[in-house]
Amino acid sequence: MAINPDEAAKVAHLARIDVEESELDGIARELSGILGFMEQLNEVDVDGVEPMSAVTPMLLKRREDAVTSGGDASKVLSNAPETRQGFFVVPKVVE
Amino acid sequence: MRELNELSIAEARDGLRARDFSAAELADSCLSAIDAASELNLFCSRTGELALEGARRADRRISAGGAASMCGIPIGIKDLFCTRGVSTQAASRILEGFKPEYESTVTARLADAGATMLGKLNMDEFAMGSSTENSAYGPAINPWRSKGSDRKRSPGGSSGGSAGAVAADLCLAALGTDTGGSIRQPAALTGTVGVKPTYGRCSRWGIVAFASSLDQAGPLAKSVRDAAIMLEAMSGHDPKDSTSAKREVPKFEQFLESGVKGKKIGIPREYRLEGMPSEIENLWSEGAEMLKSQGAEIKDVTLPHTKYALPAYYVIAPAEASSNLARYDGVRYGHRAKLREGEGIIDLYKRTRAEGFGPEVKRRVLIGTYVLSQGFYEAYYRRAQRVRTLIKKDFEAVFADGIDAILTPATPSAAFEIGTVGNSDPVEMYLNDVFTVTVNLAGLPGVSLPAGLDRQGLPLGLQLIGRPWEEGDMLACAYALEKAAGFKAKPERWWI
Repeated sequence: MAINPDEAAKVAHLARIDVEESELDGIARELSGILGFMEQLNEVDVDGVEPMSAVTPMLLKRREDAVTSGGDASKVLSNAPETRQGFFVVPKVVE
Repeated sequence: MRELNELSIAEARDGLRARDFSAAELADSCLSAIDAASELNLFCSRTGELALEGARRADRRISAGGAASMCGIPIGIKDLFCTRGVSTQAASRILEGFKPEYESTVTARLADAGATMLGKLNMDEFAMGSSTENSAYGPAINPWRSKGSDRKRSPGGSSGGSAGAVAADLCLAALGTDTGGSIRQPAALTGTVGVKPTYGRCSRWGIVAFASSLDQAGPLAKSVRDAAIMLEAMSGHDPKDSTSAKREVPKFEQFLESGVKGKKIGIPREYRLEGMPSEIENLWSEGAEMLKSQGAEIKDVTLPHTKYALPAYYVIAPAEASSNLARYDGVRYGHRAKLREGEGIIDLYKRTRAEGFGPEVKRRVLIGTYVLSQGFYEAYYRRAQRVRTLIKKDFEAVFADGIDAILTPATPSAAFEIGTVGNSDPVEMYLNDVFTVTVNLAGLPGVSLPAGLDRQGLPLGLQLIGRPWEEGDMLACAYALEKAAGFKAKPERWWI
């Protein structure tokens, strides 16, 4: 499966990574190479095989629905590039 | 006379209790060694004052009696572990300036046991790589060089800083993480011992996430005994990690002397690769002979889906990474791009990530995004998950046949020169993990230990794979193999 530069641009947008027009050919080539490597998986007969998402069969643990932490707003914000009055600041999102 | 920084954990534990030296002297000796080894670029930060403070506390605990084995032991921490108030960057520009407000469970456990942190260790960005060349700090250098050459070699990766620092005696042991081989491959390339425990043995809480269904923390150490001591201190259930197992932590060190007599060791034929260097092939047979001479039974086994482990891994790990790394958006922590007039929030995300991620991380996020995107999810991601099931079943069948541990080479080659692998084809670098990645996919414990030197005088490792939750038995096999191999070589200290 080969990826063309247009598809590479689409994937980069989905991944929210800015790429220059001039980089697209290279990215498309590299991704195609890696996907080519993955093509081997098509040789495997996976009919009726369950997909594995967790390696150790265990039920997700449950706990009482209660507040276990909080009140740390200043710690939560301490690494933020920009904050104001206890909030993260982002560029305007609603016109 | 050996310097204190050259000691093993077990030796230091005895020496500290006999008052031959103090924990403060031990930490100081490591800090001096770190200062003298800046050329190796293994430590990316040095927390000297914290280490000495911790060491003085440890000295008091040891005097009071009853201190844990790790008390007063100076260790290095991979930059992937969140350490309160200490810069944690995962070797990425995107986490520039990040100082966590919290401590990872594993580092907290080690600190509770009295271990002292010397500093943070270089790695591949977000643990993506097998050479510690993909780092915002620049490449880490292997203390080992080939005979008669001054060419710089990679310590492997992604825990290359950890492995190199242990090999160069800059710390007594180090913390690493292993998603596809990131502890065991660098251990093999630096003549050190590296353990990846069973998935769920150590808490992942506070470790910068790469691929959550595969990541595990583990020790890099100078001996199997040291690895057992440190692993025990790191392990255990943590309510903050829903995948950490509620299981008793065995006293791993007590297993070591139990030997391999009567144990069945499997040799998987699929690990015999075409074009594998004869030295690695020979080392592997010698390792089997060593275990046999100590009473183990050697049996050929088959793991038929081995060939598909790497391609499955390079679907699953990037898929999980693309999801985990979505959090780096320039809003809550780390680097944030400066916006131009008229640019909005999407531009903020895209430019921040373009500036903050290195090329390999971008590549994997893109691959992961692609295999999870509409129309490709079934063909790539679901298929890879199904193949993962088959890989795990291969191991289950072998263990059900009574095999206690599996012996394989750790890496397909010795340490390679910096800048020589994967330049034109990223897949070339990925092949480094060919022997280790199956273990992560199946969630099993694995250990890599040094077993000999190649013609150029570079260390080579062997890997033992254990049954799930039976790290103790696996380490007993490793201990027997270590004794038989008698690997004592150290790199020449050319960097001083």
